[in-house]
Amino acid sequence: MSQKQTKLTQNPLQKIWVPRMNSKLYRRRGSSVPQFTNSPTMIVMVGLPARGKTYISKKLTRYLNWIGVPTKVFNVGQYRRDATQAYNNYEFFRPDNEEAMKIRKACAIAALKDVRAYFDRQEGQVAVFDATNTTTQRREVILHFAKEAGYKVFFVESICDDPEIIAENIKQVKISSPDYIGCDKEEAVADFLKRIECYKVTYVPLDDDKDRSLSYIKIFNVGSRYLVNRVQDHIQSRIVYYLMNIHVTPRSIYLSRHGESELNLVGSIGGDSGLSPRGNKFACALGMYMRGQNISELKVWTSHMKRTIQTAEALGVQYEQWKALNEIDAGVCEEMTYEKIQEHYPEEFALRDQDKYRYRYPKGESYEDLVQRLEPVIMELERQENVLVICHQAVMRCLLAYFLDKSADELPYLKCPLHTVLKLTPVAYGCKVESVFLNIEAVNTHRDKPINVDVSRGPEEALETVPDHI
Amino acid sequence: MKDPSPSAQLRGERPSVAAAAAAASSSSTSASTPPGAGMEDKAQASPATPRELTQNPLKKIWMPCKNGLPENYISQRKVCMTNCPTLIVTVGLPARGKTYISKKLTRYLNWIGVPTREFNVGQYRREYVKIYESFEFFRPDNEEGLKIRQQCASEALNDVRQYLTDEGGQVAVFDATNTTRERRETIIQFAEHNGFKVFFVESVCEDPDVIQENIVQVKLGSPDYTNCNTEEAVEDFMKRIQCYENSYETLDEALDRDLSYIKIMDVGRRYLVNRVLDHVQSRIVYYLMNIHITPRSIYLCRHGESELNVKGRIGGDSGLSARGKEFAKYLSQFIQAQGISDLKVWTSQMKRTIQTAEALNVPYEQWKVLNEIDAGVCEEMMYEEIQDHYPLEFALRDQDKYRYRYPKGESYEDLVQRLEPVIMELERQENVLVVCHQAVMRCLLAYFLDKTAEELPYLKCPLHTVLKLTPVAYGCKVESICLNVDAVNTHREKPENVHVSRMSAEALLTVPAHQ
Repeated sequence: MSQKQTKLTQNPLQKIWVPRMNSKLYRRRGSSVPQFTNSPTMIVMVGLPARGKTYISKKLTRYLNWIGVPTKVFNVGQYRRDATQAYNNYEFFRPDNEEAMKIRKACAIAALKDVRAYFDRQEGQVAVFDATNTTTQRREVILHFAKEAGYKVFFVESICDDPEIIAENIKQVKISSPDYIGCDKEEAVADFLKRIECYKVTYVPLDDDKDRSLSYIKIFNVGSRYLVNRVQDHIQSRIVYYLMNIHVTPRSIYLSRHGESELNLVGSIGGDSGLSPRGNKFACALGMYMRGQNISELKVWTSHMKRTIQTAEALGVQYEQWKALNEIDAGVCEEMTYEKIQEHYPEEFALRDQDKYRYRYPKGESYEDLVQRLEPVIMELERQENVLVICHQAVMRCLLAYFLDKSADELPYLKCPLHTVLKLTPVAYGCKVESVFLNIEAVNTHRDKPINVDVSRGPEEALETVPDHI
Repeated sequence: MKDPSPSAQLRGERPSVAAAAAAASSSSTSASTPPGAGMEDKAQASPATPRELTQNPLKKIWMPCKNGLPENYISQRKVCMTNCPTLIVTVGLPARGKTYISKKLTRYLNWIGVPTREFNVGQYRREYVKIYESFEFFRPDNEEGLKIRQQCASEALNDVRQYLTDEGGQVAVFDATNTTRERRETIIQFAEHNGFKVFFVESVCEDPDVIQENIVQVKLGSPDYTNCNTEEAVEDFMKRIQCYENSYETLDEALDRDLSYIKIMDVGRRYLVNRVLDHVQSRIVYYLMNIHITPRSIYLCRHGESELNVKGRIGGDSGLSARGKEFAKYLSQFIQAQGISDLKVWTSQMKRTIQTAEALNVPYEQWKVLNEIDAGVCEEMMYEEIQDHYPLEFALRDQDKYRYRYPKGESYEDLVQRLEPVIMELERQENVLVVCHQAVMRCLLAYFLDKTAEELPYLKCPLHTVLKLTPVAYGCKVESICLNVDAVNTHREKPENVHVSRMSAEALLTVPAHQ
């Protein structure tokens, strides 16, 4: 055991203390929350067609990536479409179609190979294996594969016998599938229903008794009931929690920043100032707009900062204050203009431009920290229906990145201008965005990444992209 | 936070826009608005000017005011848990962990700020029937016994009603066997009548080892068996369980499909969750799915003495003093001597905890949420300086240390919210050493030892002392191990005079000595 005390040095970007020597003990990439996965995990979907497997796969992947767990979907149907050029009809899926069976098996194997490559070479942590996986044999193949490679397996089975839900599924995502280009709607639906019948013959759901040593969650009828078996670790526990909170009830989420603030006007970041006169006008306009949307049961959330609360006050309805929605803490740079930051902390300013997502202000936060802080907000947004979130620029970028599946690199540069409401409506596998500018002028607070991000750059280069202000 | 109208609360309604608007408009003329809880398009004109805001000096929360005084205001600072009170009802044979779950869940909910209380019907029975004779009391054909048990259940429900309706409770945990559908139906009726939501928590277990261990841990020590020897007690209790078995109707997937419940099978191997209705139920399910009963210990300690500690300064990000480094070495020896397999070590992202962990020579994880409480404008100040520059703030803090938020900083209340994921992960894990900070350690300790918000900020967590927490029976055993390396005292007691008008000397009376 070493008696020497290791010296610590603070990583200048993320402000994380690390041992100076290349210590084996410090094994994790710096972030605000420990990553609790040691072995890679395969999430394996199970279920008949049109049971929401791909919907769940994509949504779960989006969530995991957003919270910082590198995740990827492997959709076997896609492999099949790439392998066999033209889909003719449901006969391809008949259980007695040997030729097709061979192709389908090969596709599954190819997908598994790519899963291994993703884990081994691309530092993936979770792979979502999206296919029907409706037979015990197919699941055995996957379990065997995972066991050999040392991956954990967690099954997600979706069981649904509500014909209305299935019909809605087919309408939303199947008719427009590449498989049915050029078919008329009724034909597509009829064919797809026959396709489902092909699977029903051999479908063996996860069994309470025979599969009791497996780790899985069974989702019944889009979430009215769940059966959870043998959750092994942290990430599986988070996945279960997430899956149990999402729903498919149609609704809209409105994201907006506070009205223009006094500090916005002078180009200062952070702080806790009130609204400018134009900001007040926006608050009224927001009220009118929301009333025009005619929503029953709208929830309104704000941060704890004066400017969002003032904005909400103008709506004349109940609202909830969340501290987690507060703007990013700029630490020593609070209430400074970019010009001042360049003057006092030119190195910090450059580091921020080099990696805006991971950069942490001295005694402040990073976007990466913000995402962790906002996770409970996202979880609650998933549970809720119609919500208006009045927040701040950096916060809104994080929330938007979650809904629109933006990467960590894109996130800090998403455009979230003042006085503009973004209306997000889930549709098919994604999210429709409507941007509504409420016609009240405001300063621009969006600073693009400048060309020169080197520490040695001159002040003009650094301040090139700073938006105008008083 | 509760709505102003208790009767509306009971009916599970949200306050209408009309009510909010009526409370809201100070300067605008309020047109009569049709009732409704949404933002439907109305003829009403929006208020001409938004209400003035004032910042509550204690918690630094912005709220609307009139003439400089806070208005009757409806705003929740945390997520709305539920819009009406919830009744959690345990279900299961004796020795299935119902009381364990009830107490633990109650402790967790109270810690995260949801006023919760448990009502154990067995306790009511013990008060009624002073002396427990034998299992015969529980025989299904014992009419006298049945009458008494029914009565006790009713009394308990009465107390539940009072707690949820009159005493500001949000969740009540009704801890009894509730093994028949008939009994459960009675409870459901009661809840509907009073506007409470019901959530069942059933524990099903057939593993004889688990049941045996239960009996040993908590039944033998029960007041019912004070005068029995172990063998007698076990035998009687097994017969008691049998009394319930014949009439036991487990929650059924088909018959009970409209109820909200979680069925826990084999101590958490398997769960069946049905119809989770709202946020608090979702949090309860998540919590129940993360707890376990595998024996383990949690070690809590602070970083070694820091340079700022020595100077009597709060916050900051300084390194260890010489004595602090000494402590780190001793901590390493202590941990080695404990001989723990697979110990996880967690630190904050502040230098002093990381330096401490480095000396242990084992892998550790850094959590930003374990960082010390943010003292905002008071960071790195001595208490004397705070008194000098911010005497009002200093007094407010002494008045309500739990809810007080430093200007541009945090409160203990904020800390608890921030630490919730740590608690959740601690529940999932087994042996863990958490190297953290004074305020943080107080919050974690308060969770494990079920301390109130009033007690929490004054819990004693001295430097260079490790607290070893081991779950036992319904609670937690605490061992305090002082590693015999001197350090400054950083514990400041609540002074006698907490009034804003107090003298400096009175304010600084309890400041511990420093350089």
